Amino acid sequence: MALGRSPGGGAPWLVLALALLLFTQPAFAVLPDEMLKDPAMEARARTLSQELRCLVCQNQTIDDSNAPLARDLRLLVRERLKAGDGDQAVLAYVTARYGDFVLMRPPFQANTLVLWLAPFVVLLLGAAGTALWLRGRRSATGEPPPLSPDEQRRLAKLLGGDGTP
Amino acid sequence: MIPEIGHYALVLALFVAILQSTVPMIGAARGDAAWMALGRTAALAQLGLVGTAFLALVYAYVVSDFTVLNVVQNSNSLKPLLYKLSGPWGNHEGSMVLWVAILALFGAAVAAFGGNLPPGLRARVLAVQAMIGVGFLLFILATSNPFVRVDPPPLDGNDLNPLLQDPGLAFHPPCLYLGYVGFSMAFSFAIAALIEGRVDPAWARWVRPWTLAAWACLTLGITMGSWWAYYTLGWGGWWFWDPVENASLMPWLAGTALLHSAIVVEKRDALKSWTILLAILAFSLSLMGTFLVRSGILTSVHAFAVDPARGIFILALLGVAIGGSLLLYALRAPALKLGGLFAPVSREGALVLNNLLLATATATVFVGTLYPLFLDVAGGGKVSVGPPFFNATFVPLMVPLVAAMVVGPLLAWKRADLGGALGRLAVAAVVTVIFALAALYYYGGGPVMAVIGVALAAWAILGAVAEFAERIRLFRVPLADSLRRAASLPRAAWGMTLAHAGIGIAIAGMTGSAMWMTERIVAAKPGQVIELAGYQIAFDGVEAAQGPNYAVQRGSFVIRRNGREIGTLHPEQRHYLVTGQDMTHAAIHTTGVSDIYIALGEQGADGTRTVRLYHHPLVPWLWLGGLVMVLGGAVSLTDRRFRIGAPERRRTVVSASAAAL
Amino acid sequence: MRRLVYLLPLVAFVVLVGWFVLGLQHDPHVLPSALIDKPVPEFSLPPLPGFDRGLASSDLKGKVQLVNVFASWCLPCRAEQPVLVRLAKDFGVAIQAINWKDKPSDAVIWLRQNGNPFQSVGSDPDNKVGIDWGVYGAPETYVIDAHGRIRYRHVGPLMPFDIEEKILPLIRQLQG
Repeated sequence: MALGRSPGGGAPWLVLALALLLFTQPAFAVLPDEMLKDPAMEARARTLSQELRCLVCQNQTIDDSNAPLARDLRLLVRERLKAGDGDQAVLAYVTARYGDFVLMRPPFQANTLVLWLAPFVVLLLGAAGTALWLRGRRSATGEPPPLSPDEQRRLAKLLGGDGTP
Repeated sequence: MIPEIGHYALVLALFVAILQSTVPMIGAARGDAAWMALGRTAALAQLGLVGTAFLALVYAYVVSDFTVLNVVQNSNSLKPLLYKLSGPWGNHEGSMVLWVAILALFGAAVAAFGGNLPPGLRARVLAVQAMIGVGFLLFILATSNPFVRVDPPPLDGNDLNPLLQDPGLAFHPPCLYLGYVGFSMAFSFAIAALIEGRVDPAWARWVRPWTLAAWACLTLGITMGSWWAYYTLGWGGWWFWDPVENASLMPWLAGTALLHSAIVVEKRDALKSWTILLAILAFSLSLMGTFLVRSGILTSVHAFAVDPARGIFILALLGVAIGGSLLLYALRAPALKLGGLFAPVSREGALVLNNLLLATATATVFVGTLYPLFLDVAGGGKVSVGPPFFNATFVPLMVPLVAAMVVGPLLAWKRADLGGALGRLAVAAVVTVIFALAALYYYGGGPVMAVIGVALAAWAILGAVAEFAERIRLFRVPLADSLRRAASLPRAAWGMTLAHAGIGIAIAGMTGSAMWMTERIVAAKPGQVIELAGYQIAFDGVEAAQGPNYAVQRGSFVIRRNGREIGTLHPEQRHYLVTGQDMTHAAIHTTGVSDIYIALGEQGADGTRTVRLYHHPLVPWLWLGGLVMVLGGAVSLTDRRFRIGAPERRRTVVSASAAAL
Repeated sequence: MRRLVYLLPLVAFVVLVGWFVLGLQHDPHVLPSALIDKPVPEFSLPPLPGFDRGLASSDLKGKVQLVNVFASWCLPCRAEQPVLVRLAKDFGVAIQAINWKDKPSDAVIWLRQNGNPFQSVGSDPDNKVGIDWGVYGAPETYVIDAHGRIRYRHVGPLMPFDIEEKILPLIRQLQG
């Protein structure tokens, strides 16, 4: 194996790991033996598992992944729930160890401001731009807005027509 | 010998493409008919050459020619014939050849059927099309030659990743590529129009069928991809907001916007520079979809460093194609004439709203997909952007879009009466509310999205029906008259009704499977009966068998409801012999309104089997909806407006275009 | 003014391309630990069978040292082991280890085959402590300062290049 040939040191290793992970079928994620007896708590665990990233997988949650690390994290989530943690406390527990990278829903904070605001900003700028454009065109051409069908009928009537434009 | 012919054909195709990209362009500038006419001949020759290369590669796969490296790496003599035929596009090099082949196909189509186009426009479109071809052919020949030989040849090949050995995925890439490459037509027309300095309703009428065809193919490709994910990944998920999926969704969103804005250009001669920009963006996003996924940059920038030659080539190609066209846009678009005026409440206004929401949705997916990469490069830390982000931002944009989609077609051009349009939807609105209340009653206190989903689905389907009924004056004139009206409606109207209803049907499927899915994960003993959403499912055990290139463990499950036998399912676990990989193959029983989905897992120590069972209500509608949308596109394509009487431009065009340069 | 609006798409695209070009020089598999500059988590791990010393957080105070996370099933670990052996022997660096998600008996054989540069090895077969450290996979290497704080994490096998460019300079600076 050509390990360590590249200056970065880890590239071939990373590619190999990615290849192995990618081609490992996510056959079975949650297994019967890890599920909690209490259905309400198990449902919470499942919901939380969908918020946590399987760190070694490509864009999978720990709920979807059969990677060993994902299973460890699923067990950890259930352990914390059994210990009485609330949902946010469980997420905070995992984030303290693995960083924000583990959260599928990026937290709203300084470095994700652009991300979370982008849809609203684009929509607002787009709407404002459209409004300005519509207004600008009307004043640029100096034409009044076209008549509505109703107004056209009324106009036709006034002009002595039969009401069909 | 055959692989060398293929390679040689690609080299020749490159030279033809260089000719085709220059001579007709110069001819169009000079008004030289002979130079312009070269474009048609070259485009047909191009198809012949690239087609030869593509067939040579398919041949190498079918006869398992293990002197070709690409075949060794991705095929095996035991592989079923279907996957040998689809083999060429299961890997990077081969899929690039397919890409260029489709590009040549579209170019040849313009040459063969574009008889009604003004010679200047046709010459320029073909030249732009050939420029794209030059880039791709250079890329293939310089970095991704599929015809490289191995000496000495191995006895057998490494086989294809079993994930890709699936009928759904065999045809998924060609559909996606027909969509991606199809948008190159809109792109070429846009660039040609910028060079001519002229966009008019006739232009829009020429562009629309190509865009519609590309859109329909892309819709089909995405539908197939999500269906594949549904039955392959072992639990019935159908969309993951994965970068690879997003890369196909972005061109689809931009293409959908383009389809609608081009209507405004065609009918009202307005929104011209915006439509041109959308045409450029839809194809640019397609290029990204092709490249960035293949290169892996969306998952890791490092993929570039792994193969720097490809990475730099890709960046350069994207830079020239997209940067060049946007530069041309910046220079020429301001000169485009302003079109017809309209009030905010009008058909045009509704289509502008459609474009605003679709463009925002595209931007949202774009930012969400690339944000982790951007932040990392900027040194801002590592974050993940997963489904919760997209569900929180994308879905709220789709709700008003679908709600407005129903009203838009009832509005008049120029200036409309909103109250009147809503009045004509009164029945649809009342029935929608009844559906929503029923969902609320049936589901009680659950997520509010379930009720919104049901309401939107009902509104979209009923609204499409109401609009159609309005057109044929159903119940207001005798039924026979209505039917006569329906028969004489333009195909495009039928197409729109189908496509809009298809969206409603798909939304019903999404809502049903996301909100009302039932899951059982059981360690089952043979003979055990498992209860699932009112069905009794008996596990009859697992037997071993042999497939063509895999060993298989096949489970047997008998489904009963109230003692009546409904069917038997055989989920499988496959072990592919050459690659050594394992695959689950779920078994699905569908009733048309819901699926029973069973996947087989590992053998436990105590003789049990892990089994996952799902009841997915309404999920078949998801794909039905996608197919209805594709059907809508196809029906619309048969509209006679697109075939004959395709608009003659007034004589002044030639002189105008000459003056523009 | 109106012309500038038409220039916007191009400007946005140029910025985008610039970002990608920057991305080329960027090494994305650096995953900084969430615990950087924080004290190592409290833990105590038993020794491997036949060894007398396990590993506990109290062992990681008082001097600059490395903690390596390894497993016998991990191929890259095998590749980096000679580097660790050299680091301990030639440069006198103190290295502790966590044997992660591994069968302890397999790890003993593996250390016999590949060399043992570790002063003590704690056995963590079910990833109890690994999760507290935020371990992604094996191998990972942590640099711990004299106050028992995590100062650096290397993900993936350590190569001679990494030792010379990062690990040794950092150790010297921390010992400084």
